[in-house]
Amino acid sequence: MLYFSRAKAAAILLTALVVIGFTVPNFFSEQTVKSWPAWAQRRLVLGLDLQGGSHILLEVDRNDIIKQRLDALRDEVVRTLREARITWANAPAVRGGGVEVRLREGADFSTAFAKLRGLSQPLGGVLQGNGMRTLDVVDAGGGLVRITPTDAATLERTRQTIDQSVPIIEKRINELGLVEPTVQRQGTDRILVQVPGLGDPRRLLELLGRTAKLEFRMVDSSMSAQDALQGRAPSDSEVLYEKQGDQRIPILVKKQALVEGADLTDAQASFDQRTGEPIVNFKFNGAGARRFGRATQENVGRPFAIVLDTEVISAPVIREPILGGSGQISGNFTVESANNLAILLRAGALPAKLTVIEQRVVGPGLGLDSIKAGERASIAGAILVVVFMLATYALFGLFANIAVAVNVAMILGVLSFLNATLTLPGIAGIVLTVGIAVDSNVLIYERIREEVRNGRSAITAIDAGFTRALATILDSNITTFIAAAVLFFIGTGPVRGFAVTLGIGIITTLFTAFTMTRLIMAWWVRMVRPQTVPI
Amino acid sequence: MAGLVAATPIVLTPCFKGRGRRDEPGDDTAVHFKAIGISSKRLGTKNVRLLRIVPDNTNFDFIRFRRVSFPISAVLSILAIVLYFTHGLNFGIDFIGGTLIEVQSKAGPADIAKMRTTLNELGLGEVQLQEFGGPENVLIRLAQQPGGEQAQQAAVQKVQGALGDAVDYRRVEVVGPRVSGELLHWGIIGIFVAIGAILIYLWFRFEWQFALGAMIANVHDIVLTLGFMSITQIDFDLTSIAALLTILGYSLNDTVVIYDRIREMLRRYKKMPMPELLNVSINATLSRSVITHVTVLLALMALLLFGGQAIHSFTATMMFGAALVGTYTSVFIASPILIYLGVGTGRQYVPDAPEEVAVESPPTVPTRTPAHARARR
Repeated sequence: MLYFSRAKAAAILLTALVVIGFTVPNFFSEQTVKSWPAWAQRRLVLGLDLQGGSHILLEVDRNDIIKQRLDALRDEVVRTLREARITWANAPAVRGGGVEVRLREGADFSTAFAKLRGLSQPLGGVLQGNGMRTLDVVDAGGGLVRITPTDAATLERTRQTIDQSVPIIEKRINELGLVEPTVQRQGTDRILVQVPGLGDPRRLLELLGRTAKLEFRMVDSSMSAQDALQGRAPSDSEVLYEKQGDQRIPILVKKQALVEGADLTDAQASFDQRTGEPIVNFKFNGAGARRFGRATQENVGRPFAIVLDTEVISAPVIREPILGGSGQISGNFTVESANNLAILLRAGALPAKLTVIEQRVVGPGLGLDSIKAGERASIAGAILVVVFMLATYALFGLFANIAVAVNVAMILGVLSFLNATLTLPGIAGIVLTVGIAVDSNVLIYERIREEVRNGRSAITAIDAGFTRALATILDSNITTFIAAAVLFFIGTGPVRGFAVTLGIGIITTLFTAFTMTRLIMAWWVRMVRPQTVPI
Repeated sequence: MAGLVAATPIVLTPCFKGRGRRDEPGDDTAVHFKAIGISSKRLGTKNVRLLRIVPDNTNFDFIRFRRVSFPISAVLSILAIVLYFTHGLNFGIDFIGGTLIEVQSKAGPADIAKMRTTLNELGLGEVQLQEFGGPENVLIRLAQQPGGEQAQQAAVQKVQGALGDAVDYRRVEVVGPRVSGELLHWGIIGIFVAIGAILIYLWFRFEWQFALGAMIANVHDIVLTLGFMSITQIDFDLTSIAALLTILGYSLNDTVVIYDRIREMLRRYKKMPMPELLNVSINATLSRSVITHVTVLLALMALLLFGGQAIHSFTATMMFGAALVGTYTSVFIASPILIYLGVGTGRQYVPDAPEEVAVESPPTVPTRTPAHARARR
């Protein structure tokens, strides 16, 4: 147990040195490290709780997706039946999570039913090729046909929506010019946005919480908005609101959009040359410019509405045809809100509404305090443990302290190598590892003392102590490791950070107990040839 | 270190003239310090008296104490369960959803009373305010707002509007109803999965009785800790789940160390009656248990005193669970329960072990008070 060949000893020391070596980049500034080779750039990242920042979890609105899908489905049904020249008894309508249409019973019915069944496609994407289809088409009797999207199809659509949303969210955030924001998808229907550093969480939320669907629509002047609110709005129009100060003014607008935000190629915040008010300048692509030009030509002198996510930004009167494909939006903007709108328009609209379901924002002040608290706790813990070990085991206590110090340095090395994020719970995990690491030494020393009491000579006692204690150390650490692993796999956020440091700590503890502590002891035994054990 | 080691052979020879003084550890240490070239003066270890919390060769009858410890634990467990249902846990926003805002007054100590009136006028339901780690810091808690996810955001904006720029927003956390439900769900699953995984491991490494004993001990620890959290009304949040799992790990760690010894003793002393064997095992590991727990307590104490408010409930829970309950459980519950689970029944009929297995005399000889033990006191 106490014999190490030179090669083995060298391998142990080398491993420890290399692992500890990974901590080096942490001691240099980020600029310095950037000029190093890529493999040497790995370093510890401070968690949002330590450096301040925002953690925002977004979830795609399933109902929004279903609603969009059903509206589109109804249009498809109408088109299919019209193309086949089939008349219906009751027009297709969205009802109870599906589209219902009552056909006339008779010879046409089977043709029509077959056509409608043809709308259902084999499911593509991840679930491809397992016989699942996009729609359930059911003959409910009496000529009634019910068409419902399958759950699998909705799930697939949700997944696609998230896939499309991630780059848009990324664009929006990158426009803010923040340091290392991360946007990750989580599960099938969520996106996690983490933005370290100062930032303005309110602005961030404003940029993330909007779908940013921009539409240019005509104002319906066939009746006043007030009348329409009484419930007599034409079927192709709806009442939307314009915010003016604290008031919300109803405006009756057409449902059909003239041009949509998807046709924009650029948007920039600027100032109106006459009034000096903040405005947003925009440019259309070719198709958009043509459509916008034609629409404005036909409607000179009439008002149109610029609609962003069911809210009217402004409803100006078209003074002259806008043929160049560019224009400006003005509408009670502040500099910031004009900037936000420009960013949103440039990044594009999200395919569906995203809702903020979890938000954690830590200010930089709290972060600094937490770092200080972590430092102080670590130092205090270290001093207490070191002194206690020295008082209990003197020389062996010194050995233990060396082993524990190597252990902590190795934890930091592994964390740096993994580019892991160090959070306050993570620091707690390290402090607790110190406890575990000390325990391994205590187990060894107590066992040695016991062997001495049983009448063994010093060296055989040390040898037997190690052999027996290491078996116990292995057993006890594996159980703790299992707990850490479970924490890692099911935990989120702070719990995970804790699990990572605890898990790594157990591994380094096993390493130091089985190698470093033994090696130090082996050297000491060889140098001193002890007749008695000093504990 | 290398330099010190290199110097040793020269110093070595004269140091080891005195032999057979192993009953006086203080002198020994001084000798060895010299031996590796560290002067005892420099380390201040001249005539070192080592700290010995647990004397050598203790021989407490832990097992007989089970007649007291089992009823006590049963009563405490029932009490904890009753508390859990009557008093409940102080669930944080992680598990019930809602909003938590930590603000720091920019001008001196915060006027909590005034803030409370301001915030109560917003009509956001129950608003809790408490001082948090200092007179300037106030923790504001809003209950889950009716009206889904967006209503939570609106509530935050209302609060920020009402308090304005007089305060610094140190932390804003909003957890929607869906997320909080999931977090609790996964937290509970986590604890069960962990217990299950550890049990399977113990079952393979030991025997089923040990696994079962450890599980009973585990559940006992968790129940008592939940009772503690109920009495103190400490925030029960995500880090509490982490604390519970760590307690589980630590307590098992302890139990496994003793079980390891029990297994070893079972193999070595085939004839020793079970209660005595358990006592010997516990006594043999007692010093280690105490020293380790003092160290863990010291580390936790540092976290509790200096670690800041953010991990306060975590450390407090850990202290209760790992350091206090865990040790007690492994000694007074996990070990004696093996008797009831049938470990070592019928030991008398097992033929004695072959001689070479039992080379040493049993480490516990209650009648003998060894000279070196006396010398240490």
